[in-house]
Amino acid sequence: MGVKSDMENKNNQDTFPGQVIPGGNGGNIVVGVLDQIINWSRSNSLWPLYFGTSCCAIEMMQTGAARHDWSRFGMEVARPTPRQADVIVIAGTITNKMAPVLRKLYDQMAEPKYVVAMGACAVSGGPFYYNSYSVVRGADHIIPVDVYVPGCPPRPESLLDAMIKLQEKIKTFHNSKRKNPIEGFDEGKVSCI
Amino acid sequence: MTTTEIDNKTGLVTQEYKINMGPQHPAAHGVLRLVLTLDGEIIEKVDPDLGYIHRGIEKMTERDTYKQIVHLTDRLDYLSSHINNEAVCLAVENALQIEVSDRVKVIRTIIAELTRLASHQLWWGVMGMDIGALTTFMYAFRDRELINDIMEETCGTRLTMNYNKPGGLMFDIHPNFQKRVKEFIKHFKVSLPEYNTLLSGNVIFKKRLQGIGYMSKEDAIAYGVSGPSARGSNISCDVRKIHPYSAYDRVDFNEILMEGGDSYDRYMVRMKEMEESMKIIEQLIDNIPEGDFETKTAAVLKLPKGEYYQKVESARGEFGVFIVSDGKKSPYRMKFRSPGFANLSILDKISRGHKIADLVAIMSSLDFVIPDIDR
Repeated sequence: MGVKSDMENKNNQDTFPGQVIPGGNGGNIVVGVLDQIINWSRSNSLWPLYFGTSCCAIEMMQTGAARHDWSRFGMEVARPTPRQADVIVIAGTITNKMAPVLRKLYDQMAEPKYVVAMGACAVSGGPFYYNSYSVVRGADHIIPVDVYVPGCPPRPESLLDAMIKLQEKIKTFHNSKRKNPIEGFDEGKVSCI
Repeated sequence: MTTTEIDNKTGLVTQEYKINMGPQHPAAHGVLRLVLTLDGEIIEKVDPDLGYIHRGIEKMTERDTYKQIVHLTDRLDYLSSHINNEAVCLAVENALQIEVSDRVKVIRTIIAELTRLASHQLWWGVMGMDIGALTTFMYAFRDRELINDIMEETCGTRLTMNYNKPGGLMFDIHPNFQKRVKEFIKHFKVSLPEYNTLLSGNVIFKKRLQGIGYMSKEDAIAYGVSGPSARGSNISCDVRKIHPYSAYDRVDFNEILMEGGDSYDRYMVRMKEMEESMKIIEQLIDNIPEGDFETKTAAVLKLPKGEYYQKVESARGEFGVFIVSDGKKSPYRMKFRSPGFANLSILDKISRGHKIADLVAIMSSLDFVIPDIDR
């Protein structure tokens, strides 16, 4: 009755998790938990990388275009270079020839970095799971994936939902305990992030 | 083959160098890698490196039945997915002499033209973006969504429809189909002139395209270029006109031909083709004949021993399906003649002597879809 629960507050995208106290001389003082403020700013300005290999790339473009418009959630700045990107949306099939390139792109991205596997091909190989000699059965054989989006291709709403899930995930990070997700990945260790 | 020149007076070394464009490049429309040999900013040679999205679809078809193959062709050229489906279905239907009803033919044609419109819209938006006009992207995708809505309602999916099957269609059209298509045509008749106002007459845009990437008629024929790219060089190659399939023999439309052969002419061909597509849809949408939406066929089709070829006009050019059958339930060999592969082969020839920025314009004007090239 008029009192919002903690959960509701957490899920509200716009809530700034600190308190701003107006200070003198044009400066303000922010009081809050540093982890929360960092996570809040990270989750609300996710810059994706231009990375589309096949059909899903079209739906990714649709998500960025007029009707669905992912800039509402702070994702409009798609970068052509991995060095400026925060999140890589793997939109399409990854083949054996493309796999080293994907790994290189991932390694070039600055920490913290996130991965969304979009579409059946990136999740598991999709329609090419059986009988194809050149398709990697899931992008998580190459790089650690944060969010999986099923569909062939997924609707723009699915991708938006995945991106919002990623935002929620980022908001729960403990920055002091955080480690690079690629550490130990090649040895088969799954790091909990 | 690096040539090195050393200036005797200054001792400065001049050498041509190679630069990679792709496989991850926003203007490559996918994962195409071009190895450019440059003299300063002038392109001396373009060497395409393919296979970054080679998924082995042709090999996969050898294990699937003919009805299962259809969905794989969606993923070849995903912007003309319906047209690819149609090619496979027509090839199988011709081989087995399955008669489909007029209703199927007309619906197939309407959806094929809607697909072509959606493909050209996307091309237009992305071409503007490649040249530097970011607004076109928003305009094009606003209209594309309307086609996607129609597809979703009737075919079940937005992009990879898989609506065809050998012997007809998966299911009948949605009751709203005609109404929504008419609404779309009404809307797009206003939008298309808007496209032209926005981009076609723009001075900067024209300067970036006119005289860039000249393709002569002889070259285009020699390299097997087809579709709107070839029609920009005044080659009459529209499969819909020359070998009419489905309901194209009963509609009246023009084959757009331009004589210039440069990037701007290839651009204009596609712009005018959109008008023709609308014309075709308008003629058919009110005259969808009654009838069955499918002809009953056996669950597993077996083609008689022999070779079959069927070509259709996809949004990029002549898409062909070549089937070698040994009488079993799956083909012995299936080959897709993809328009993009032939169109890519001429890229080296027409972009020599231009600057790197022009290469982006030339690539856009040829309109590649990389999974179509790599298969």
